[in-house]
Amino acid sequence: MSNLYVFLLATFLGLEVIRRVSPLLHTPLMSLTNAISAISLVGSIVILGEQRSTLTMVLGAIAVVASTINVVSGFLITDRMLRMFKTRGPQP
Amino acid sequence: MSEGHGAVAGLTMSPQEIVAQTTYLVAAALFVLALKWLSAPKTARRGVWAGEIGMLLAIGGTLALPDIEAFHWIVIAILVGSAIGIPIAILMPMTAVPQRTALSHSFGGLAAGLVGTAKYYLWLSQEPEKLTSFTMGVIAFEALLGYLTFTGSLMAFGKLQELLPTRPIVYRGQNFINLGLLAAAIVIGVALTVNPAQPALLPIFIFLSLLFGVLLIIPIGGADMPTVISLLNSYAGLSASAMGFVLNNKLLIIAGALDGSSGFILSIIMCKAMNRSFTNVLFGAFGQVTGAKTAGALERPVRSAMPEEAAAILESAQSVVIVPGYGMAVAQAQHKVRELFDVLTKKGVDVKFGIHPVAGRMPGHMNVLLAEADIPYDRLLEMDEVNPELPQTDVALVIGANDVTNPAARNDKGSPIYGMPIINVDQARTVMVIKRSMSSGFAGIENELYYMDKTLMLFGDAKAFVGEVVKELSSSDR
Repeated sequence: MSNLYVFLLATFLGLEVIRRVSPLLHTPLMSLTNAISAISLVGSIVILGEQRSTLTMVLGAIAVVASTINVVSGFLITDRMLRMFKTRGPQP
Repeated sequence: MSEGHGAVAGLTMSPQEIVAQTTYLVAAALFVLALKWLSAPKTARRGVWAGEIGMLLAIGGTLALPDIEAFHWIVIAILVGSAIGIPIAILMPMTAVPQRTALSHSFGGLAAGLVGTAKYYLWLSQEPEKLTSFTMGVIAFEALLGYLTFTGSLMAFGKLQELLPTRPIVYRGQNFINLGLLAAAIVIGVALTVNPAQPALLPIFIFLSLLFGVLLIIPIGGADMPTVISLLNSYAGLSASAMGFVLNNKLLIIAGALDGSSGFILSIIMCKAMNRSFTNVLFGAFGQVTGAKTAGALERPVRSAMPEEAAAILESAQSVVIVPGYGMAVAQAQHKVRELFDVLTKKGVDVKFGIHPVAGRMPGHMNVLLAEADIPYDRLLEMDEVNPELPQTDVALVIGANDVTNPAARNDKGSPIYGMPIINVDQARTVMVIKRSMSSGFAGIENELYYMDKTLMLFGDAKAFVGEVVKELSSSDR
């Protein structure tokens, strides 16, 4: 039950914080939230690492690979994009 | 979820668990800060670092947990994931950002679906007492969202990468079949929730979820992609959150909820920018009805111009607003556009960009491309900022955008896009439209803009045409 409260509060917090993000940065926003929600890597690691059965290990391993791709490429691409946003230099 | 270490408070936690839970707590805080810092370009990169640190902490804390044994498998899986993820991140051209995003939603959905499946079989065979109706309901929710996001996003990826036809694929009774499938999946999900010990039902449930994901996305056309990507983003987040419920992990719940609400907000913004509702986007299959009526109108006269004339007009202007669209991305014209921006700015022309929220294939697509081409972001204006300036603007230059500039959205009550907010380029003193041919846009709707007296059509490939104009302008340098 307490998990539902956590979910509810996190959702409201998310709505408030993300509403303030400028449309200019909506693409980086999407790739950053993507990378963050790839925290499911943690859950996948537990499933794989517990070594409870061959099935869970196979499913867990695929899940770890899939989430790692998102973590790694999500953060790297977000940073790559954000580096491109520059203000104008000295006025011509 | 009454059992598990979370509910019994910290007293029974082992030192390793306390360490892991602490890293989770810090990671949750860092994730919120990451999104907060992302709100402004100046602090945005700090946001990425915060997210990375949070992620590393959480992974470290998890690896320290006492139950974790198969380290060699974990390391191998992470290395394989990195070996795929790093090249994607470094080599991918910026025009492919929408595809990459769709693909990552699909991976996120897949991970959630697989973890839910693994947990079900694990509990069923080894700890049946944990497979209560509540946990089963959450697993069903996680699997449904995870698997439909997986296949749905793969379809979106296929359309964006043009491996699949980008036009909507429609057939008779489509909505009926889709809703029927969803209903069947829900019935099975409920049956499983009532009595979780029915292992034969789960594969059917998974199959229906996978199939529903495919069928949900194939009728959606390219122009609706910004909304659909946002919606899938939201689903991917919710499925990660559901995974947190299944594993009783609050960090997953929080991170998933943040992602889910972000996707939700973006979908609402996209829907508003097209004056349409979710249901209309998902079940409306835009464009297939309206395509037919354009045929008769093709004979109407338009004024067209060569690069030299266009260059002369741009040179004598004081203010220019460039309105980019998906066509600019397709033609990879952003760097040529930047050259145009430079040469005009040098001649003292005030150049701005007007960016419609749904221009391109995902939210913010045009901003990223223009930023990639080194155009300062303070020149990129949102629709609401640029519209009041257009009546005083000398030239509006439309590059590869169509429906988002169509005055019919304002004037013609019969038009399918009536009511959609547009960039009012028709109010500028002169309008120039770079376009490959007179064919109508994605939605198949005739654009009145092209027939106005003050409109000049510049026929050609966006990159080549802008290149010609730039050459013209540079050679006229004194």
